[in-house]
Amino acid sequence: MSAAIELRGITKVFGTIVANDDVNLTVNRGEILSILGENGSGKTTLMNMIAGIYFPDKGQIFIDGKEVCIRSPKDAFDYKIGMIHQHFKLVDVFTATENIVLGLEDGERFNLKKAAEKVRQISSRYGFEIDPDKKIYEMSVSEKQTVEIIKVLYRGADILILDEPTAVLTPQETQKLFAVLRKMRQGGKSIIIITHKLHEVLALSDRVSVLCKGKYIGTVTTKDTNESELTEMMVGKKVMLNIERSMPKDPQVRLEVHGLDCHDREGVKVLDNVNFTARSGEILGIAGIAGSGQRELLEAIAGLQHITDGEILYHDPKSDAIENLRDKTPMQIRELGVRLSFVPEDRLGMGLVGNMDITDNMMLRSYRRGKGAFLHRKAPRDLAETIIEQLEVVTPGVTTPVRNLSGGNVQKVLVGREIAAAPTVLMAAYPVRGLDINSSYMIYNLLNEQKEKGVAVIFVGEDLDVLIELCDRILVIGSGQVTGLVDGRTATKEEIGFLMTKSVHREEETANENA
Amino acid sequence: MKMREPLFHIAKRRRMDFWKAWLIRIVAVLFALVVSGLVSYLLTKTNPIEIYQTMWKGSFKNARYIWNLAQGIAILLCVSLAVTPAFKMRFWNIGAEGQALIGGLVAATCMLKLEGAMPSWLLILVMLCGSMLAGAIWGLVPAVFKAKWGTNETLFTLMMNYIAIQIVSYFTYIWAVPAGSGKIGIINQKSQIGWLPALFGQKYLINILVVLAVTVIIFVYLKYSKHGYELSVVGESENTARYIGINVKKVIIRTMILSGALCGLAGFLLVAGTDHTIDSNTVAGRGFTAIMVSWLAKFNPFSMILTSLLIVFLQRGAGQVATDMGLNESFSDIITGIIIFFIIGCEFFINYQIKRTGRREESK
Repeated sequence: MSAAIELRGITKVFGTIVANDDVNLTVNRGEILSILGENGSGKTTLMNMIAGIYFPDKGQIFIDGKEVCIRSPKDAFDYKIGMIHQHFKLVDVFTATENIVLGLEDGERFNLKKAAEKVRQISSRYGFEIDPDKKIYEMSVSEKQTVEIIKVLYRGADILILDEPTAVLTPQETQKLFAVLRKMRQGGKSIIIITHKLHEVLALSDRVSVLCKGKYIGTVTTKDTNESELTEMMVGKKVMLNIERSMPKDPQVRLEVHGLDCHDREGVKVLDNVNFTARSGEILGIAGIAGSGQRELLEAIAGLQHITDGEILYHDPKSDAIENLRDKTPMQIRELGVRLSFVPEDRLGMGLVGNMDITDNMMLRSYRRGKGAFLHRKAPRDLAETIIEQLEVVTPGVTTPVRNLSGGNVQKVLVGREIAAAPTVLMAAYPVRGLDINSSYMIYNLLNEQKEKGVAVIFVGEDLDVLIELCDRILVIGSGQVTGLVDGRTATKEEIGFLMTKSVHREEETANENA
Repeated sequence: MKMREPLFHIAKRRRMDFWKAWLIRIVAVLFALVVSGLVSYLLTKTNPIEIYQTMWKGSFKNARYIWNLAQGIAILLCVSLAVTPAFKMRFWNIGAEGQALIGGLVAATCMLKLEGAMPSWLLILVMLCGSMLAGAIWGLVPAVFKAKWGTNETLFTLMMNYIAIQIVSYFTYIWAVPAGSGKIGIINQKSQIGWLPALFGQKYLINILVVLAVTVIIFVYLKYSKHGYELSVVGESENTARYIGINVKKVIIRTMILSGALCGLAGFLLVAGTDHTIDSNTVAGRGFTAIMVSWLAKFNPFSMILTSLLIVFLQRGAGQVATDMGLNESFSDIITGIIIFFIIGCEFFINYQIKRTGRREESK
């Protein structure tokens, strides 16, 4: 029997970057194959070529032993290939069924009752929980993902590709998804799952193919391998998985948040009575499902979010004065002498300006300095050079626009600039998202360094393993509420996972709005 | 059945050498000349070389033509420089036409009503300030609405044009000489009060020097001033601007005052320096052409000298072709269109590359 899909010598080049270099891969019927690799190793690019979004520069694709040419997503569907993208491609104001039949050419598009019936059949066969008449904007992230999966099953896909499906799910939702995928495997479907989470690979897949920097490293059978072997294949060399964590030295209250309420533009409550303190010399982690109010919380502290109620008190380490930061603009906060650094989630859309070079991005924080109406570029240029050298930023020079840098290097530039401001409070939102292991560890080390210098560090993270290893205390929020505060040294993943979902059930509607 | 592969694909270029980019642009102009030559031969049976010669003559026939060309460039460049800060801020100011026109109207009004009330040099100064103020107000209004209530500046600035045009039409009717003719005619023709004086015997030299100075000022403003830096940050990402504490509303309003005031200056130069009269067509579409000049030059004030030269050269050449060869204006517009199409189109080849899909020939 021939493989469901076989790739031979697939190569794809973008400009000067080789995204995939001579990759070979096979997937059999009734098998779950994991594609493992760090961020930027070419996993998604490879899968996009099977799904008809990109066209390979070199190489061949075989389906059931026959060579094929996939030029568009429609071609891919004709070969019964369906891809569930990391970022969902759904129309918000349509119902699940309407989204599922969207783009189909036969009459079913106009017979929604029949279509909804078929959706129910598919759901019950594989154990999905879905209401075909629910609108997408009312759905949680996991429900949206279900719609995407049913969409490709509806089109009769036999080969399913899932791009980082667990990135947005809670541990409980992940388990549910895995159960569904196992059922599909039993039904003879081939499943390719892209991930960089080792424990998921080991829990779910039959075989693992590893990519590293666009190159195909090899394929191993899951039951014959273990975490350290896979890590080694993935990063090419052994990396220490431990993050150092020192005991906080002489912690003092630096930032106090009392009864903080925020509403978004539509008037939905996004933060509900949030209370916590951040202390100098410690890292306070913030855990929660994506979109539970983490962004709003940090932006409220930074003066970028309108606060409906509550107060944010800053304790000045020098004068012992207490300042209320509520209703102050970022400029006013700085004029108070509050040294607050903020690494926002949206690096190129908020933290940096993509089209400007590294020097001009350094200047964002400091351009007002110096007398007169003109800019002084010398100090920022020196800072840019220092950061490039110390943080090993890979760039042709200080005049390269930052959008041309890779994700990890962009983040180094941003974190470097924020740390250079010698903060007393450092907030970082998902600072390692999309970064490879080496860059991630560099960021962890930088945060630890700041902690040891007595900075109050607030770290919003998504990887619970990292939060548990890095943070002194972890604040868990769900649907804009604090659902727990745990000690990073004793907490378990299950405990945090439970806290993350605690209030979601109580206030499902709000959670859906936030998602 | 084996499906056909796509023949080629398009990829973004990372970077291109400066000289290579200009080589592509020159080749594009050559292509444009060949194609427009072909088109003009097919449509009119005239010798294309002759058409080009006539076009050249339209700009460079003699010294007077060259001064006219320089004057045309100066005014268009001035409006282009005016819209550039706004566009760099991603504020779609398509109201330069009205901002310049209202500036021109104020200048003309001062010339008409203050003749004899003060010496000419003082009048010119008053006209200058008045024109710039009027232009600034015309730019300020949409900016305030955008900053305070988030209104769409494209529609707003566009509609402000029509208000300016109607106001000017109204006054040309009221002040028409002779009454009922619908034309104001040359103002202060005898006394020449409020006219920009000739410098070294060249009546357009002041205009040209003023615009050259503005070019340098805008270049420095955009590149080396804190204001210029702030407006580029606002243009690139409003979120980043808020994040670092820039007062976005203030920057929008400030930049539009500048943009409007420079348009007003262009209006002043038109009325005081060249036309010495006003009607609703005084600005003659330069407010819109300027947008193209500014974008073609990628917001670089010095490149704008070249792009405005190109546009003015084409316009004058086209006019010359129309009169000398008995072809109508529309025909010269066709030629201008072809040339601009090639020039803008070639930017695609500078930013992207087209690759043949280099896969093996044999099928398995």
